Amino acid sequence: MKPSDFPPPFDARDYVAAPSDPEDERIEVGVLIVGAGPAGLACAIRLGQLLEDAPQLRERLGEVPVAVIDKGKQPGSHLLSGAVVNPRALRRLFKGRKRIDEMPFYGPVHRESVYFLTQGGAFPIPTPPTMKNEGNYVASLSQLGRWLAEQAEEAGAMILPETAAEKLLVGDGRVRGIRTGDKGRGRDGQPLGNFEPGADIVGRVTVLAEGTQGHLTGAALERFGLGGDSPQVWALGVKEVWKVARPLDRVIHTMGWPLRPEAKYREFGGSFIYPMGDDMVTLGMVVGLDYRDVELSVHDVLQELKTHKLVRGLLEGGERVQWGAKTIPEGGFLALPKRLHAPGLLICGDGAGLVNVPALKGIHYAIESGSLAAEAAFASLQRGQTPGTPGALSGYDEALKESFIWKDLYEVRNMRPAFGRGFFVGGALAGLATATKGRFPPRDLHLERDADAELFRTDRAQSYPAPDGKLTFDKLSSVFASGNKTRDDQPNHIVVQREVPKELADLWVRMCPAQVYEAGDGDGNVTVEVTPSNCVQCGAITAKGGRLTPPEGGSGPEYTLT
Amino acid sequence: MKIAVCVKQVPEGNSRIDPGTKRLDRSGEGALNQFDANAVEEALKLKAATGEGEVVLVSMGPAKAQDALRKALAMGADRAVLVSDEGAAGADLVATSYTLAKALERESADLILFGQQAGDSDGAVLWAAVADRLRLPVVSQAAEVTHADGKVTVKRQTEFGYDVIEAPLPAVVAVSDAINEPRYPSLKGIMGAKSKPQETLSLADLGVEADRAGEQGSRTEVYALNEPPARGDSRKIEDDGNAAQAVVDFLAEKRLL
Amino acid sequence: MTTLVFLEHHGNELSKAGLGVLAKAVALGDSNVSASIIGSGVRSLAEEAGKFGAAKVYVADDAQLEAPLSQPRVDVLAQLVREKDIDTILFANSVLAADVAAGLAARLDAGVNWDLTDLVEQDGKLVGKRPALQDSVYVDVGWTTEPRIALFRSGSFDPSATGGSAEVEDTPVQLEDFSTAARMVDQAHEESEGPSIEDAQVIVAGGRGLGGPENFTLVEELAKALGGAVGATRAVVDAGWYPYSTQVGQTGKTVAPKLYIACGISGAIQHKVGMQSSGVIIAINKDPNAPIFEFSDLGVVGDVHSVVPKLTELVRQRKSA
Repeated sequence: MKPSDFPPPFDARDYVAAPSDPEDERIEVGVLIVGAGPAGLACAIRLGQLLEDAPQLRERLGEVPVAVIDKGKQPGSHLLSGAVVNPRALRRLFKGRKRIDEMPFYGPVHRESVYFLTQGGAFPIPTPPTMKNEGNYVASLSQLGRWLAEQAEEAGAMILPETAAEKLLVGDGRVRGIRTGDKGRGRDGQPLGNFEPGADIVGRVTVLAEGTQGHLTGAALERFGLGGDSPQVWALGVKEVWKVARPLDRVIHTMGWPLRPEAKYREFGGSFIYPMGDDMVTLGMVVGLDYRDVELSVHDVLQELKTHKLVRGLLEGGERVQWGAKTIPEGGFLALPKRLHAPGLLICGDGAGLVNVPALKGIHYAIESGSLAAEAAFASLQRGQTPGTPGALSGYDEALKESFIWKDLYEVRNMRPAFGRGFFVGGALAGLATATKGRFPPRDLHLERDADAELFRTDRAQSYPAPDGKLTFDKLSSVFASGNKTRDDQPNHIVVQREVPKELADLWVRMCPAQVYEAGDGDGNVTVEVTPSNCVQCGAITAKGGRLTPPEGGSGPEYTLT
Repeated sequence: MKIAVCVKQVPEGNSRIDPGTKRLDRSGEGALNQFDANAVEEALKLKAATGEGEVVLVSMGPAKAQDALRKALAMGADRAVLVSDEGAAGADLVATSYTLAKALERESADLILFGQQAGDSDGAVLWAAVADRLRLPVVSQAAEVTHADGKVTVKRQTEFGYDVIEAPLPAVVAVSDAINEPRYPSLKGIMGAKSKPQETLSLADLGVEADRAGEQGSRTEVYALNEPPARGDSRKIEDDGNAAQAVVDFLAEKRLL
Repeated sequence: MTTLVFLEHHGNELSKAGLGVLAKAVALGDSNVSASIIGSGVRSLAEEAGKFGAAKVYVADDAQLEAPLSQPRVDVLAQLVREKDIDTILFANSVLAADVAAGLAARLDAGVNWDLTDLVEQDGKLVGKRPALQDSVYVDVGWTTEPRIALFRSGSFDPSATGGSAEVEDTPVQLEDFSTAARMVDQAHEESEGPSIEDAQVIVAGGRGLGGPENFTLVEELAKALGGAVGATRAVVDAGWYPYSTQVGQTGKTVAPKLYIACGISGAIQHKVGMQSSGVIIAINKDPNAPIFEFSDLGVVGDVHSVVPKLTELVRQRKSA
């Protein structure tokens, strides 16, 4: 049995519509950017720079030349990553304006180690060439996002947080803008006393920078037939930020325990442990969602990881201060859409799948793609062309193909798929791919949909530590540590079938790091209970048989240090 | 009818006290104090019921407090006045109420609204002090406010139930969070907030003497921060049929029964 | 130190919380603690104040003071403080007292510290102790001038019957115009269903461990027996067992009663932050590892269905004895 046997009652076409507000009530902006993450904000900043020298165009774009909307409480609230950032794209974006030391980084990477863990030991292995981090900087993406938002505002963009983009507005074959989600609906969708309906926001160009599992990105790929041949695949990352008693002097990655290397489990992933200055450390566990064991819980594997003597020692005397979870698109080059533009539309960042898995890098690609999108939009608007004309924005795809993003992703395109064969075979294949800079294997490997993984159950859960509230934690108190205070009577934004076999229900219960799902007991089908207010919008459910849609703007986690 | 709403910016998320200054660490992102949102909502409702008037926001704080004001403007308030001056920092109730009263005098509002309490545990009960300085009637814990014929009728929540109190305008009313559900600002409202008039005033602009504001004008001080007293030993017993009696004995011991 | 304690009354009884503050004043070493009683037809209450430690009672008795409104009381107290050179005025918190204390602070330009749980003499200064940030830290606060005003958390101290008698003095009543502008049209009637959750001194709350909505009667009965309010967790409110207005927790209400009894509640942090400041916490849960046992004062590992009814019965017996 696999999750895709029980597809969610979801149709992407429900989220594409023509503008419905009367024309004079629509909110008009010049360029509309969906998502205040590194891609969206880089786009806004770059546009601001270009418009500085184009006052006439700026005026033509109206009162709000650049608007960035975000569903989180404020920029950064929904941003989460490791992260070690390659400063290349930031240098390019802020050339002549800001130096790296003016950006909110926790310092350059001085030392790094990679360990292969067993239950009792930690074996240092040479850092794989794709993972070398010299010249890179440790950052909290949430903090970086807040800083980028400030820069975007200074560059003239209007940032509108607490605003969810629910529908893609399409008319005359081109993207017109988006429709925001309603606010103030109750549990059953009924309007409450302070009900505020969504609004149409229309712009000359719409840039989708929604991040992983982008809601409108999915709808757009379908609507405009942009999807590539391979499906996208994801990993789930769960991380924590800790105050620590002793500084960590290096960036650490681990492989192996607690993940199982045998091919049948398909537990591809590892952990990261990064110093954030002298008094904080962030650590996380990332596991591919093509796994097959119903009992796998990435959150609990992270808790297990912390009991390893290497990690426990680092955290001794410390205190957990934040927790969060998010999915990462892992398909890489092979899963990229065949085009990232459509009439009036550009797609950037993680939403497009621009992530280099072997290097664990995506942020600088997001930033670069945002800059390139800005340049393409600007060029098209400057020429007086309507960006809605087919082909007007093709400059974006051309620029992407010339960029370092494309080159990097092409080189590593087969590494993640290789790991479908298990750690050792996968490692060997990946090693060969690295050594030949992507020329091996000669025929590209195949990606299988995460939801098509056949499920089975093992006794894996027995090794999960019982939460002690000091080193290890349960899911509910972790949801609290994400800053999530979503109101309880919000409509359910998670689309799943509610009567499913117990195995599938249990898969969801374990998979979800925020304890959103509860499964009844029984032999055949059971009822799945959903507590949507716990949801931290990681997106895992979309990979494994359900669909995450954006809840009311402003809800979900309020990350600050992730 | 002119309605002034006193609002305050509070730090977003988890608050902490700065061990250096022993005051609330206000360095984080600011948000509109959730209880003030009730007051802003009520002001907007009263203005709508009257059919005309103005809702002006009055606030004291650092320049960043503009962000909280912007949210209230996005909800529909017409104008904002921010008293921002280094000399006003570290003000306690005495100093804050003095400064705020001066700012409110300038507005000569018919009705002055406050929210129930500041979430950051500074400035609770400010309304009674401000009302005294302005020599205006004050009614607090308002769960319902209606306005007619130059007076307000307030349904006030007390420990014993609801009082109904009438006060002629001008008056000060502090609303409880039970009074309404604040509206979500519309996108148009959010985008329009930036262009609404926002005034920043210094203490000198208000005619507030330096020795009546900020730390100088305060009559209280903070000495130290301590760990909370230990909860005491926690006892855990298993029920063998006698647990209920053990609980009763415990309650008696704690003089709760 | 010349201390004045503001005593509130309801009906024909002085409020216990105020008498508790009176006991504290006496314990601080002031042998001449005075109390103020303000209202209409209240002279008879002066004797009780004497029995609970007041050496002197200032009675302001006037028809204009009948309604429990704050501003006339500010007028009376301000005059008293000035005339009698009072340097310290103490209040037990209540909706009325808070407004009076703050109004008085403005009137006299006197420092006011509120939400205090204790008051001590330290290094020759009067130091108040108050919790802050959801009781996660305690702050020592003080006054830089006199008179000093202190507002204590209700129930911080217990009254102490000394059996003494007080000298009673009538206070002249001169009210400002603006103080009498507000008028009471209808005074609160006693709530028939017991206290609301926000004001209750006792809360009995139920969680999923109750098993089903029908079992909330157990919680209701115990609450009634103790004269308290009923609370609920997010889980049971979500499941429709009890109304949202009773939800205690991060996305519900924050309460701090003197006594909180948690029945069948696991104690997830989302619930804990809504009630952790309660005076005494008792938990009944059949799971010995429930997190609530880590922060309850008394934990009972047992079945709520057998413990709670027994407890209710014993409480009733004790109260009627």
